[in-house]
Amino acid sequence: MASIFAGAPPNGAPGYSFAQTPTAAPSGIREHSFYPYTDNGGSTLGISGADFSILAGDTRSTSGYSINTRYAPKLFKIGGEGPESKGARIVLSVVGFAADGEALKERLDTIVKMYKYQHGKPMSVAACAQRLSHILYGKRFFPYYVTAILGGLDEEGKGALYSYDPVGSYEREQCRAAGAAASLIMPFLDNQVNFKNQYIPGSGEGHALQQRVPEPLPRKDVEELVKDAFTSAVERHIEVGDGLQMMIITKDGIEEIYEELKKD
Amino acid sequence: MNHLPQAWGRPRDDVYGAYSNSFLQTSGPTTHTQSPIVTGTSVIAVKFKDGVVIAADNLASYGSLARFTDVKRLRKFNTRAVVGFGGDVSDMQYLDRLLSSLDIRENYAEESPDAQLHAKNLHTYLSKVMYKRRSDFNPLWNHLLVAGLDGENKPFLASADLLGTTFSSPTLATGFGAHLAQPILRRTVPDEATVASVTKEQAVELVKESMKVLFYRDARSMDKYSIAVITKEGVELKENEKLENQSWAFAEGIRGYGTQVN
Repeated sequence: MASIFAGAPPNGAPGYSFAQTPTAAPSGIREHSFYPYTDNGGSTLGISGADFSILAGDTRSTSGYSINTRYAPKLFKIGGEGPESKGARIVLSVVGFAADGEALKERLDTIVKMYKYQHGKPMSVAACAQRLSHILYGKRFFPYYVTAILGGLDEEGKGALYSYDPVGSYEREQCRAAGAAASLIMPFLDNQVNFKNQYIPGSGEGHALQQRVPEPLPRKDVEELVKDAFTSAVERHIEVGDGLQMMIITKDGIEEIYEELKKD
Repeated sequence: MNHLPQAWGRPRDDVYGAYSNSFLQTSGPTTHTQSPIVTGTSVIAVKFKDGVVIAADNLASYGSLARFTDVKRLRKFNTRAVVGFGGDVSDMQYLDRLLSSLDIRENYAEESPDAQLHAKNLHTYLSKVMYKRRSDFNPLWNHLLVAGLDGENKPFLASADLLGTTFSSPTLATGFGAHLAQPILRRTVPDEATVASVTKEQAVELVKESMKVLFYRDARSMDKYSIAVITKEGVELKENEKLENQSWAFAEGIRGYGTQVN
């Protein structure tokens, strides 16, 4: 059968006069035109307080200049009971390539649920955070193209927030912005949460000026910061908008808030 | 003059140069779909208070050639789910077979419609197939819309594409329709809350109007289309609809579009 397609005449038969018939496939590397990633835009942010953590994300999903939908959550409850994750105490936010985000969430959620079945106690945020890092690094050479932020309460009841890069480097932080408008939101957070470039008035001249010492902010202030960060990001970034979803993790559980953002 | 039969019907060397057989190789690297070949254009769908309307034209294009003019791109899965396919037609036919085997596996012994897979189940299944194939670097080059009713018999509409990206919205459109039809659809159904106030007649009219706009401006479209309405009463699928009330009056005002050339 192969001889029909190979171009060369059957063995033993007289050859036709196309003397230059190529007998081998063109050499050189063939390039794949399929690129398995896309960017679905949007932004997320997390801030931890003394006894709570807040995660937030806009609900717009984009591809290029088009809006796929105005409501695609980037925040997921992890663990708890059943598909709605009732009673969960950990929240994962993912921004970047939404399909990878969904796959990552599904894996982490299954692991945290299995942990409770196997050990009879819920997984701690620190353990979950390290596990997430390992999941991401496990795909080091075909990464989940997402920036993840994980939030919850640590074993002392303090707000815990972990941020990641796509291949699993992670760190516990006070606050982090990720996604399309990260570069717009993060400096604002540096200034308002960690009091960067804020000095105590009259404490000295030049280098003698004293930095204002950061301290955990009250919940109400943090919620206002989150809303301000997003309304500002919406003004300046086209991939951010439509809706703001917030999840606040306290000792009483997870509170969910949805607010409208500009849809233009 | 070459009289040998092996050379009959082949381009002449002295005119066209050596014949390249490279594309006929039987050995070599395994290749995956790198780009779609025979393609279907937009699929559009809208939710209304009792269900979903979905439509796609019956054309399968080969590049800019209108190759097959009777290809049904809406597939009824069961009484509460319909899938609309945009993109590569052979991959659509593969998915069609896959859904047939899924249907036999899941519903062979099952009589009651409540225990059958609903549109939400079907969408989850298809999106996992799509994501698995993209992760294997062997994508199914389609953009799917899954329309129907979910487990609580509420209207369900969601999409899945060749990368495994999924999203849901009260109105959806694939391909060219995402640019042309989606804004028209959103004008009537801007958010989930307004779905409850849209009737079946309004939704059907809206979809037909959008198909007309697509036919006017999408060069890879056709005036023959399929339309399905999914409600609790089942699937009402019409596969040989013709676009009605076309008005080409606007063409007169555009140079080169109407009969007047100058």
